[in-house]
Amino acid sequence: MLDKIILAILVSAIAFFSVYITTPFLIKGLEKRNLTVKDYNRVGGAMVPRPGGPSILVGILASEFTLYAFFPTAEILAILITTSLAFVVGLIDDRKVLGGWFKPVALAISAIPIILLGTYDPHLSFPIFGTVKIPELYIALVIFMIPVTGNTINSIDVLNGVASGFMTIASFALTISLFIVHNYDIALASLPLGFVSLAFYKYHKFPSRIFPGDSGALTLGAMYGVLAIVGHVEIIAAVALLPAVINSFLFLSSVKRIIEHRQIKSNPVTHTDDFKLMATIDKDAPVTLVRLILAGGPKTEKQVGFEIFKLAIFSAMLAIVTAFMMDVKI
Amino acid sequence: MKEIFLFVLVMWLLIIVGGFFLISIIAHLSISGHGKFDSILDSGIKALIAMMLVVAWIFILAKIKNRLFYKQIKN
Repeated sequence: MLDKIILAILVSAIAFFSVYITTPFLIKGLEKRNLTVKDYNRVGGAMVPRPGGPSILVGILASEFTLYAFFPTAEILAILITTSLAFVVGLIDDRKVLGGWFKPVALAISAIPIILLGTYDPHLSFPIFGTVKIPELYIALVIFMIPVTGNTINSIDVLNGVASGFMTIASFALTISLFIVHNYDIALASLPLGFVSLAFYKYHKFPSRIFPGDSGALTLGAMYGVLAIVGHVEIIAAVALLPAVINSFLFLSSVKRIIEHRQIKSNPVTHTDDFKLMATIDKDAPVTLVRLILAGGPKTEKQVGFEIFKLAIFSAMLAIVTAFMMDVKI
Repeated sequence: MKEIFLFVLVMWLLIIVGGFFLISIIAHLSISGHGKFDSILDSGIKALIAMMLVVAWIFILAKIKNRLFYKQIKN
């Protein structure tokens, strides 16, 4: 047990400090190459470097390879390969404007290593009522899950610090839940996700010094999805992600088709004279989580971010309650 | 804001209820009498019911969303 605690501290430190140290270099490199985008919510519209995905991937690879050196399991290999493939998909999307269907299809292909390595258990566990074996359906679930978690995190990446802060909360809830259901090996493998997100949040929080871009958001989301599958905690993982799921659900149910955010003609959020965020009165604009939060009145970007974090903490608590309910059988 | 917290809670409860339907009812369904096609039919029908459950879940959520956020969406 002591060796696992030492290893947990080691991989957490590697994950955190890899991102903490490499991100400033990445910021400088991106600025030098003029790879910056306008932050429309900032007074004067500051130019912010993007994407931060490479430093996120460095943190994940460094920590997961260290873990793999001590525990060479197929599960860690699946995490490494699928997360890296999702990063490549995100990087392509960062560089080129692609259609709305590109990301879901490419991310579905990224999930194939999980199936080929046989790192899934076709039993879907529900709280209180037990498990159900769905062999054929589970493969479809694996293919479906990675695009969903990847795009869900990507869709919540709308304000400074939200994607990385939200992911920090959700992934630590997932780690705690994995400990509760006694899946210690995957709990160990999930630690880097929380620490990578936390380290990136330092540079991503308001006012952002870097944006994660699609490569960053898809990497975080896809790794979260793989952990849910290899850790057999699919339902718990979905619960911890509920505010982001609501955001996607509200968006899709108002636009009624799969489109890229850049394809939206009417922005759901506008600005007041003192540059606070305000819900638009445009009837054609999609309904989003941020728009609903702003329905009560204008707020600063930082305030909206904290409201989303409150929702994330609430969902994290529900996820932990769900993990405890896994042992309850009626 | 409290409507959004309530919506999260409703979604969580729907997941628990969905689990009950899936495990206590659908998982216990058994198709027999079709020889070698039994397992394909069994899986197919269960998958179909599960998909219908997902559609029902989305439909219920959309209704609850409209009720909870009616004022905000209208504004």
